[in-house]
Amino acid sequence: MSSVAAPLVEMSGISKEFPGVKALSGVHLKVERGEVHVLFGENGAGKSTLISILSGVFRPTAGAISIDGDEVSFHSVHDAAKAGIGTVFQEFSLVPTLPVFENLYLGRELMRGPLTDRRAMLAGARKLFAELDFDIDVVRPASSLSRAQQQMVEIAKAFLSNARVLILDEPTASLTERETERLFGFIAKAAASGVGIIYISHRIQEFQKIADRISILRDGRLIATVPARGTSERELIELMTGRAVDQVYPKIAHRADGPVVMTLRGIRTAGVHGADIEVRAGEVLGCAGLVGSGKSRIWRAAMGLQPLQAGKVTLKGRDVTGAATRALLKDGVFFLPSDRKSEGLQMTASARGNIELSLLDRADVAGSLGFVRPRRSRALTDAIGDKVGIAKGAMDRSVSKLSGGNQQKVLFGKGFGDDRDVYIFDEPTVGVDMGTRMALYQLIKDIAESGKAVVMISSDLPEVMNLSHRLLVFAKGRIAAELSGSAITEENVLKHFFAETEGAA
Amino acid sequence: MSMPTTTIAEDPAAPRRSNAVLAGLRAVFLRVGVLPFFLVATLIAFSLVSKEFLALQNLTNVARQSVYLILVSLGQMLALVTGGFDLSVGTAIALTSVVSALAMVSLSHLLPPDMLWLAIVLGCCAGLAAALVIGSVNGLGVAVFGVSPFIMTLGVQSVGAGIALFLTGGVPVSGMPYEFGDMLGFGRVFDIPVPVLVAVVAATTIWLVMNRTRLGKHIQAVGGNVKAARLSGVNTTKVLFIAYALCALLASVAGLLLTARVGSGETNLGGTIALESIAACVIAGVSLHGGIGRVENVVLGGFFIVLLQNGMNIAQIGSYMQMVLLGSLLVLAVILDQVRYRLLVGER
Repeated sequence: MSSVAAPLVEMSGISKEFPGVKALSGVHLKVERGEVHVLFGENGAGKSTLISILSGVFRPTAGAISIDGDEVSFHSVHDAAKAGIGTVFQEFSLVPTLPVFENLYLGRELMRGPLTDRRAMLAGARKLFAELDFDIDVVRPASSLSRAQQQMVEIAKAFLSNARVLILDEPTASLTERETERLFGFIAKAAASGVGIIYISHRIQEFQKIADRISILRDGRLIATVPARGTSERELIELMTGRAVDQVYPKIAHRADGPVVMTLRGIRTAGVHGADIEVRAGEVLGCAGLVGSGKSRIWRAAMGLQPLQAGKVTLKGRDVTGAATRALLKDGVFFLPSDRKSEGLQMTASARGNIELSLLDRADVAGSLGFVRPRRSRALTDAIGDKVGIAKGAMDRSVSKLSGGNQQKVLFGKGFGDDRDVYIFDEPTVGVDMGTRMALYQLIKDIAESGKAVVMISSDLPEVMNLSHRLLVFAKGRIAAELSGSAITEENVLKHFFAETEGAA
Repeated sequence: MSMPTTTIAEDPAAPRRSNAVLAGLRAVFLRVGVLPFFLVATLIAFSLVSKEFLALQNLTNVARQSVYLILVSLGQMLALVTGGFDLSVGTAIALTSVVSALAMVSLSHLLPPDMLWLAIVLGCCAGLAAALVIGSVNGLGVAVFGVSPFIMTLGVQSVGAGIALFLTGGVPVSGMPYEFGDMLGFGRVFDIPVPVLVAVVAATTIWLVMNRTRLGKHIQAVGGNVKAARLSGVNTTKVLFIAYALCALLASVAGLLLTARVGSGETNLGGTIALESIAACVIAGVSLHGGIGRVENVVLGGFFIVLLQNGMNIAQIGSYMQMVLLGSLLVLAVILDQVRYRLLVGER
């Protein structure tokens, strides 16, 4: 078997077009048996589309896929699974109320006549978990598992259908260091047994530990496939962005003695166990941490978007603890949510309509009776569109028809309708292309340098590290470290990512 | 999926022209919805059945009859645009009718004859107030407690209908002042029937609200994406509450006009109007997903439903069969709304 020359997986000339968007063009990818192959690239570079094609979610517009040298064509995830392709997506597909073993066999239940064979499934699940060396009680409901355990169940699901290719989409995004080590151990074992592994990750520092080769995608194209050993992190970032590192992130002038405009004291909320923060004018305050570290939720609680259990929030010296979101917005805070589709935009409304919504509290746009002055509104929205760089022709189009980058610009535009003192950006550049990203960084620079306070919450490490004057590293609902200036290094930040308890590490 | 969006001006090639026609139809469908297609189909079908159908006399008749449905549909549109709906509009009409009639009858006995107008005005106010209670309860449930609009308005519908029947014992309230019916039911100003005038004023007001005021934009924002609206500083609770209150008030106005027309307080005046008003709105392109809806189209949608009923009457289609057709039409319109929404949002 192993003497067959053809690679385990070969994707050649893969292109994928969605209405109005070319997501992939002519991508080649080869994965050998026993290889750990990393896919690396920015959000929106096409990594997810590529693995969605390999796992049967999408069909390619052009190109061919071969497994063991035989050309295949998948019409569904089920087809791909039958061909030995197991995928663990970022979004887990477990039914929380069902026990682990039923989740495992969901859609492919073992039957005895017309009834499901509970005993056989239970035994099968136990056997599989023993083989994989996963220590999970298979009768527990999926909702009682930690994220790492849920991920193990997802991996087990892939192996239940004898996966020969295992695709892991950002598997460590929410794992602790210990869990990550276990996962890496498992990956090494699986690779040694001949499984080909495709691993998507943003964490460059992980690659040296596990990867054999790295393929870099940018704007839907394969830029290069390089060996993991002997390729430096700097080289990888430059391949990913297509630009020298210093060119992407602007230098933002720091006003060192800026007054404190907003304070958070002893904040407790779901996922945050007590944290103090001071926000200063003229400064970019970065918040880094794993998914679930509380870096975003503390701000959501301060903004009244999730219940505040304890703590005090002040804005410009006034106590605003527990104030309604709209009151805070009126008092000069801008909050840019991380998910523009679900929380940020009216998808069926125009770009102009979305921006206009943030102008309606201005007396010169809507008078005391609430009548809107169309001409005034139009002039203001045009000016904002200019400022954030939305093309004239795009202003009156429905935002659902705009690119991710333009949608994000619209979302930014909502912050320029009124005078604000504090700008809170939750994942400001998620899913946008490089050009837009640089434009948005420029906007952030302008805001900070005009003397406003900027809070930047981001999972994109290079981004928060390069733009922040002061960086808070969150771990397990607490602030594990506050770094500033030259102390903001990847090593320092990562050291605190996995802080098990306060003051440790 | 890709369709040419520009129309070809001078191209003799027939297939390209038909492509352009298709693209044009698609553009109309995306902008306005199914209404133009339904309207054209109805006009053609019934004018084939009977010559009377297209006669000016018949059409003005339809226009006058459609006033009540248009008023209710305008309110229904407000609820739909916020992303909900109101099944209790029929109850609002019934309660308005009963309460205003009871108030007018008793007040006209209490007050001296020369103050009859006061009795009529107060009676109307009592009817409006009753409907406002209905709307406020709906608003409270949906906006403050987050109850699904379906269950909230369904429950209130039963409560309101029960109260109306309880107040009257199921017997129509008679003995209303003659002047009330004479004015609101059959009166004319500048030779235009009063109900038509009322509908024109209501439609204009709602158009202004939806297109020219902060409230209107907020209503659209709440239906388009409630989370985004909240993060834009919109008081979503207040906006939802106002939408349901206005919906009930508009139904109430229709209730007053209907009461004036029939001359007595009736509990069964709004029996089928919840279904009809939702059908009118959806056919007129108001999306059940919320956020999308145009006042002028809703007016036309209300007119269309009554026109259809009129056509079916002329074609001597029995009332049972009419129910079947109307329900089917609503379902078809909702399916097409789904298709249209997908095309608009570009879901893949």
